[in-house]
Amino acid sequence: MNCQRMEKNLIAYLDGKASASERRKVEAHLAECGECHERAEQFRMLWGVLDEWPAPPPSANFDANVLAHVAEAPARAGFWAWLIPSPRAAFALTAVVLLSVWLSSMRPSRPSQVVVAQSSGGEADFKMIEDLPVLEDYDVLSNFDALSYLPASPAPATQVQPRL
Amino acid sequence: MVRSDVQLMLDVKAGEEVSFELLLHRYRTPLVHFLYRMVRDQASAEDLAQEVFLRVYRAREQYEPSAKFTTWMFRIATNLALNAKRDGRHRQLEVSIGQPGETAGETNTGHAPSVEVADAQPGIESELIARDRTAMIRLAIEALPEKQRAAVLLHKYQEMGYDEIAKVLQCSESALKSLLFRAYETLRTELAPLVETGRAPAARAKSGEVRTS
Repeated sequence: MNCQRMEKNLIAYLDGKASASERRKVEAHLAECGECHERAEQFRMLWGVLDEWPAPPPSANFDANVLAHVAEAPARAGFWAWLIPSPRAAFALTAVVLLSVWLSSMRPSRPSQVVVAQSSGGEADFKMIEDLPVLEDYDVLSNFDALSYLPASPAPATQVQPRL
Repeated sequence: MVRSDVQLMLDVKAGEEVSFELLLHRYRTPLVHFLYRMVRDQASAEDLAQEVFLRVYRAREQYEPSAKFTTWMFRIATNLALNAKRDGRHRQLEVSIGQPGETAGETNTGHAPSVEVADAQPGIESELIARDRTAMIRLAIEALPEKQRAAVLLHKYQEMGYDEIAKVLQCSESALKSLLFRAYETLRTELAPLVETGRAPAARAKSGEVRTS
């Protein structure tokens, strides 16, 4: 064994963990190499010196702090955990739903005019309804219950013609 | 009958909280000691040790007994400590030799040092010498490259086996032995004044810490 090989073997030798054959080789080298012999002796002394660096024990409330943090840790994931979306996804979904509700509330603006018109008298009602493009085919639409308040079919004709 | 670490961890995985407390009790001291020497600050060491235990607990569902428990735990601790050092979050202010709390046998719990203004006390000289020696050791170890430092702490102070240290540091056993050799060679040079006047040679004297193997 040479000095370079000692790099891989000296620590295990000093720890008493080298195999019998390795130990014999190291001892043979130490017997003939003063530098490595000196190094081995000083490593032993160094380990004694390093023991002079103490480390303080954990503080008295260490366990309690750890267990408090553990208690705050989220519970293990249950079967329904997959149903819980991320906060960001939940916010996005809520925003979409609210927007949908708001948009749908805007749509029935014209029908509401019809409802208002219903209370303002027969002729005015009809004029309002007449203006709606959806009433182009009046004969068909007149069958709907919603339009049942309209005058009988001859009446509109007589009322409308003078205006034209 | 004393349950093994693996059995305790499997019990934690099965929902038995008491087993976690047993693991905590078993490893809090070696873990805090290791982290204290890694980050050189008691408060930061305890914060990091708490984080290690918390991560162990959170990862209980994924725990597989393929690796030794202490290997897994010290790998988490090493990575956290190295990251903390790199981030500088746990770096103390510049510390001069003779920092309070570094005296041999004194515990640093973050309180004011109890050895201030003690000129009249007998033995203060030897205490100052001991403090200087401790500070020199600390500074020499701290000056090592981070992997060498972790290797020395796990080998010298935690008394781990080569195979386990190699797994913690994710290197081969052969590489670890070279790493340790180079680290101790540097320390031998840096601490030559202490080694030359060394006390009784001690073949890896026991430091009184809990063995992790």
